[in-house]
This record gives sequence, C-alpha cells and structure tokens, in this order.
Amino acid sequence: MIENENIKSQDSAEKAAKVEQEAQRKDVRNRWLLSLPALSIIFLAAAGPLGIVIIYSFLTPGDYTGVIWTFSTETWISVVLERDFFDETLGWADAHLSIFWRSIRLSLITTILTAIFGIPTAYFIATRSPRSRNIWLFLITIPFWSNLLVRTYAIQELIRNKGVINNFLQWIGLTNEPIEMMFTDFAVGFGMTYVYLPLMVLPVYASIEKLDFRLVEGAYDLYASRWLCLRRIIVPLVRPGLIAGSILVFIPCLGAYVTPQILGGGNQLMFGNLIALQFGQGKNWPLGAALSITLMVIVMIALVYFVKVSSGENKENG
Amino acid sequence: MTNNNEIINVQNVLKIYKGDTDVYALNDVSLIIEENEFFTLLGPSGCGKTTLLRLIAGFEHPTSGNILLNGDDISLLPPNKRPVNTVFQSYALFPHMTVAGNIAFGLEMLGWTKQEVSKTVEEMLELVKMEELKNRRPSEISGGQQQRVALARALAPKPKVLLLDEPLSALDLKLRKQMQIELKRLQSETGITFVFVTHDQEEALTMSDRIAVMSEGQVLQYGNPREIYHHPENKFVANFIGDSNFLSATVESENAILSDGTKLKLPKSKRSESFGQKSILIRPEHVIMKSISPEKSTFKGKIYNIVYFGTDTHFHLELPTGEDFTIRKQNTPNEGNEFEIGSVVELVIDEDAIQILND
Repeated sequence: MIENENIKSQDSAEKAAKVEQEAQRKDVRNRWLLSLPALSIIFLAAAGPLGIVIIYSFLTPGDYTGVIWTFSTETWISVVLERDFFDETLGWADAHLSIFWRSIRLSLITTILTAIFGIPTAYFIATRSPRSRNIWLFLITIPFWSNLLVRTYAIQELIRNKGVINNFLQWIGLTNEPIEMMFTDFAVGFGMTYVYLPLMVLPVYASIEKLDFRLVEGAYDLYASRWLCLRRIIVPLVRPGLIAGSILVFIPCLGAYVTPQILGGGNQLMFGNLIALQFGQGKNWPLGAALSITLMVIVMIALVYFVKVSSGENKENG
Repeated sequence: MTNNNEIINVQNVLKIYKGDTDVYALNDVSLIIEENEFFTLLGPSGCGKTTLLRLIAGFEHPTSGNILLNGDDISLLPPNKRPVNTVFQSYALFPHMTVAGNIAFGLEMLGWTKQEVSKTVEEMLELVKMEELKNRRPSEISGGQQQRVALARALAPKPKVLLLDEPLSALDLKLRKQMQIELKRLQSETGITFVFVTHDQEEALTMSDRIAVMSEGQVLQYGNPREIYHHPENKFVANFIGDSNFLSATVESENAILSDGTKLKLPKSKRSESFGQKSILIRPEHVIMKSISPEKSTFKGKIYNIVYFGTDTHFHLELPTGEDFTIRKQNTPNEGNEFEIGSVVELVIDEDAIQILND
C-alpha cells in the first residue's frame, strides 16, 4: 500500500512537472505569436526596403529614371568626390560636402536653440502646480494637431518680404527695405527650432519633474552657491532628459525635408532635399540610395556619441 | 547654567505663512540652545518644530524676531553662509555621487584642498563605519546605511550646530534603537551641538540633554528630560510625554480634594501654588495598590480591566468619582493573581507624585 502510494505521488509529481514544462513552452510560443505582426511589419517596412536601398546604391543609374542592373561603385565615389569633367581626376564634391555641412550645422544650431528655449520652459512647467502643469503640457502639444506643411507655410507668411514681421517693421519705420529672411539659413533654423521645440521640452520636463528639490536644499546647506548647485546637482540630474531631447531634435533635423524645402528654397538644400532631388529631377536613383545610407551612418555616429556622453558622465562621478 | 556658552538664541521668532487665512507656524518662540548639548524639539506634527529647524538652517526666514548664532544675527543669511548643517528626513543624498562623493561635497564647496578633503572623508567614513561602502551609490545601500552617510556628510564640514529633522523616522524599530545610541555617541565624540526634531517622546527622553515641547507654534516648556517628565507644567506636556492620570480637583492649602471628597495630601514644595479648581497629574507607575482595609482608606478604586505587558501589568480602575485611573505595576517572577477584576483596592501614593497642572 505504502509503496503504491509512493509510486502514485511520484507519478503525480512527474505529471506536474510535465504540465509545467508544457505551459512554459506554450508561454514562449504565445509570446512569439503575439509579437509576430510587429516583427513582420518591422521586417517588411524597414529591413526589406533598407536592403533594396543598399543594393540600388551599387547599381548604375538608368537613362531617364530607375536603375540598370550593372554593378558599379562609381555612385559611392561620387558621394564625396567629383570626377573632373575634362581630365577625369578626382576632387572633393564641394556641392555635396557643403550640403552635408549645412545639415549638420543647422541641426546642431537647432538642437542648441531648442535647448536654450526648452530648458527654461520645461523648468517653468515642472514648477507649476500639478493641475496647471497638465494645461501647459497640453498647450505645448497643440502644434502637433495641425499639419507640418501648414505650419511651415504659416512661418513663411510671418517672415517673407511682404510678411507680417516685415510689414510691421516698415510700418513703425524701423526699416525702409524689407529684411531678407526667406531662403536663408536663418529661415531654416527658425522653422526647425519651432517645429522641434516640443520634442526638447517634453523629455527635459520629465527629468526636471522627477528632480527632488530637497537635493537642491541639501546642496545649499552644504555651502554650495547657486551656480555650483546648478552645475553639480541640477544639470547632472537633468542630463538624461537633455540627452534624450537632443537626440529627438538632432536626428530628425538632419533628415528634415519639408522645412528646408519651403523656407530654404532652392539654394539652402539640406540632406533630405538632396536625396529627394536625386530621385526626382536628378534621375539618379543609385546616388539617392547612397546618400540615404550616408545619412543613416551619420545618424548612427551621432547616436553612439550621445550614448557615450550620457554613460561617460555617469562614470565620471563614480 | 549661564548664558556664556549659549550657541543659538532664538528671540521672539514669528513665522507666518500668508494665505486665505494666515497660518502662525511659529508664534513668538524664544529659546536658548547651549554649546555641546543634545537639544530636542518635540511635538506632534504641525506644531512648528520643523519650521523652527528650517529657520535655523536658513531655508526660510522669520517674519519677525531674530536668530543669533554665537551672538551674531543670522536670521537673514542664506543656508550656504551658515556654519550649520542639516540631516534631512529624506536624507537628500545626491544620487549621482558615491558615498565618498556625497561626504566630500560640502568640503569641496568650502574650497578645501584635495588632501584635506580626502583625509576628512576617510575620517568620517570611519566615524560612521562605512569605509567599505565608500564607492557605492546611495541607491545601492540600505536605509540605515544611507542614514549614516547623511550624518557623515553633514558632520564632515565640522558645523557649529547639526540639525536633524526626524532622521530616524524611516527606520524600523530595531535599527532606530541602534541609531539612537549611535547618534548619542557621535554627539559626544564630535562635541557638536545637535538640534534634533522628533515627534517620538521616548526618543526625546532617551537621547536629549534638554527638550523643548512644542504645540501650535509655541514652546510650552523646555528643560531636561527629568523635569519635563516629572514636572510638566500643563496638561498638553504631561499628556504628550508618558502615560498620565488626570484628575480634576480643588486645590487647597494642604490638600487636593477630588470631586467625591477624597483628600490627597500635597507635597510641601507645592503648597504655595495657586488654589482653586485644577487638574492634577499622577503617573501610573507612581501608585501602589494594596489589598483593602476599606473603612480606613480614603483613596480607592475598583479594577475593571487588567492588561499584561510582560515587563509590567496595567490595571484600569474606576474611581468613586467616576474617573478612570491606570496603574502600572512591574511584574516579578513569583507573581500571583493578587488582584482580580472586580476587586476594590486601596491606592497608595507618595505625595511628591502629585503634580498640579496649569491648563
């Protein structure tokens, strides 16, 4: 009898183990099943086209549009270098390089400007009462409700030669001639700062809101001046938000298309416009593809740099 | 005690928070804290004790009145200009710095040289026994350890006064007892004046050289723990510190007469005090129960509840006046059930145990 029972209990233990294993297996399988739609979208919409872009960048441009399926590295060379029309020697592709440089420069300036305007704004919102905080955050997100194109034309309406600002300045007699603002770096920088400002404010707000102001009191108590308190306590604690905001602003700026197209016009091209040009008027798909990949590489380098900055700071105090 | 060694002198300090109705957080508070003492501000939450501490630290400024430190008026100095440091209730350790970095912070702000800083940091780590954890972040150590770091950080710049804002309230009972002893040790080793805020009367009694009992923005009484416990001046202080029996009585020249006519003899030292209808205080442990000889005894009561606490037993009695009365009796190993629920006993008190209160 006792033996029997022992066997029975062993049996049931084994059974329980089996059931558990089975359940675990099911669990894993279900997880994969659940993520399948997302994974397939990622694969189809990102990995697939990316592969096509890489392949196209190594082909020869077609006569009018599209590609001819002959392998060539000529396109990649022409991203940064230019073959002289007469003697075929290679020189820097100044047109491309100046556009790269403008993109990086304007993106950096935009990031810095959004930080300068965004940090005080975020600080202001974070120090309101919880109720009015929500209202301010809501106000910050209002621009997202209307189309980017519409908003960009609205800016154009403000800064063009016969626009609101110039009319006003002339009316009060500050200038006789309209101030040229359209189709300059200023116009592009101004537009992008406006468009991307919320993307800086929100993450910075999130970190300031989490900041424990008792730490600030603690620093004052330990003989820190206002400036040292800001530098040693507040900035390091808000840094993650600042880095997140910088990434969110800098990276889309690099590839911005609409704003430079409308406010920069034909002579202030940025990376995005250059790529678009190759697929449109330029009729050079491989070059467009190669430029896209170049942009992606620059973005990756920037990301790695941002990540390094954030983790490096942590170690410094460690 | 003379005024020669006073370190903090709070003079008629008023702190009003403006609002729909003005809140008098501190209402004409004056007190003197002496050098090298463990001074406790004791009171229920909202009594103004933390406000007073924040005024001494400099986070807030008095609406009127002065705070002197070593005779100099510091009422309006910002916190970073006062040789006073605070241990915060939440510790407020800097999360992005290590234990050593936290302790070094104040010294760096004071512009000490690298060698001085690292030497003092080592000393402090040793003082609070945290040498091994000096490279950890605050998030990587326990609450009790964070507490020690907060202490070390505040002690490192060798302040004239250390302010402690309920620093033990987040710790569990056992750790709290340890830290009470630890704090007392640190205070005597460093010779720094500690001003300690708590709502825990036991903590206040065990640690303090002197206690100020506060309520509704005022200091009701201040003195050493014995004075406060044995000679509370009013009902609030008596009630807040320790267990109390309050009886209403008519005080005459030699006796306090209870409402049923029972006469309790007053100690000689208290006979000259004001007469009339008063509350008198008798601590539960100052009464001895005796099996009765009813006709003779005047002060008696009927036991209606007995609660056993291990170290002692609490007897709840009803007096002939209808008032409740509690007696605490220490337990002994060979104890029997001497007294039972329902029995009437005689109450014997030393006349010195009677305290007349001003309401």
